Amino acid sequence: MVMAAEPQFHVLAVDDSLFDRKLIERLLQKASCQVTTVDSGYKALEFLGLREGVEINDPDAVSTSPVIHQEVEVNLIITDYCMPSMTGYDLLKEVKESSACKNIPVVIMSSENVPARISRCLEEGAEEFFLKPVRLADLNKLKPHMMKTKLKNQKLEEIETPSKDESGTVAAVVEPEVKNLTEI
Amino acid sequence: MDAHVAQLQMQYRNYILSLYQQGFLDDQFTELKSLQDDGSPDFVAEVLSLFFDDCVKLVGNMARALDQTGTVDFCQVGANVHQLKGSSSSVGAKRVKGLCINFKELCEAKNYEGCVRCLQQVDIEYKTLKAKLQDMFNLEKQIVQAGGIVPQVDIN
Repeated sequence: MVMAAEPQFHVLAVDDSLFDRKLIERLLQKASCQVTTVDSGYKALEFLGLREGVEINDPDAVSTSPVIHQEVEVNLIITDYCMPSMTGYDLLKEVKESSACKNIPVVIMSSENVPARISRCLEEGAEEFFLKPVRLADLNKLKPHMMKTKLKNQKLEEIETPSKDESGTVAAVVEPEVKNLTEI
Repeated sequence: MDAHVAQLQMQYRNYILSLYQQGFLDDQFTELKSLQDDGSPDFVAEVLSLFFDDCVKLVGNMARALDQTGTVDFCQVGANVHQLKGSSSSVGAKRVKGLCINFKELCEAKNYEGCVRCLQQVDIEYKTLKAKLQDMFNLEKQIVQAGGIVPQVDIN
């Protein structure tokens, strides 16, 4: 695993609307995140290396063995709620039920303010529920969540590679981020 | 200070303010503008382009759905209104969004005449907005060509 010199949060954004994908991508870039956008829950699961609930008749489907993308760390998943075939809620459930990805924070977006929907998502483990249109201020709220996972992953790496003395590096990596948060 | 540039900038400022005052745009448009920077200098134009493409497509879908001699699928119309409401809301197209809210209610009430009338209004409204924003972009171009910078307009 390569340790990045500067921690960059990588967000996976899921939305079936091209328009909304363009918006969320710009917002996330503005919030200094790396972004990958996909247009469906299935593609999201594919990206994450989980292939449960795959479309059987999809000729482009890869093999069903769950290969985790080692090179690509996802620090947050942000997904639209209303999508055809697989909703944001379905995706949330899949992620939270997988051992590999259950610690990735998931945020749901929706253009409709339906309290029952919101509580259902939060109960299933969604970190936040944003009403569209999502704003930059909303995304800045997510940094602590992403930071938490990132630090957790780094600590796990330290435990797994005891030959390196990473404590100094971790401190250096954390500080700039904290400064950025206050600047926002 | 170049008087011509200053005059154009003043014109631009007043034009933008009028768009907000007349309810064509709301603060979501301001938010979009704030997302544009040197790294993404055409962001607003790109997003607006996608929005107007959406308008053409969705209005077309709704016109077809309402044109059925026989039973009109109000759910289908409603689904398109929902999408248009979402994108107009995300772009700051205040009047279009407002019409969509009414439109949704008319679909739920299965009010055929109301829906047809509302669709006509939506059609006029998005085209009007498109023309106004085109004027805005033209003013920006003129300012830049005259050697000036496009001013940030403070709505408040």
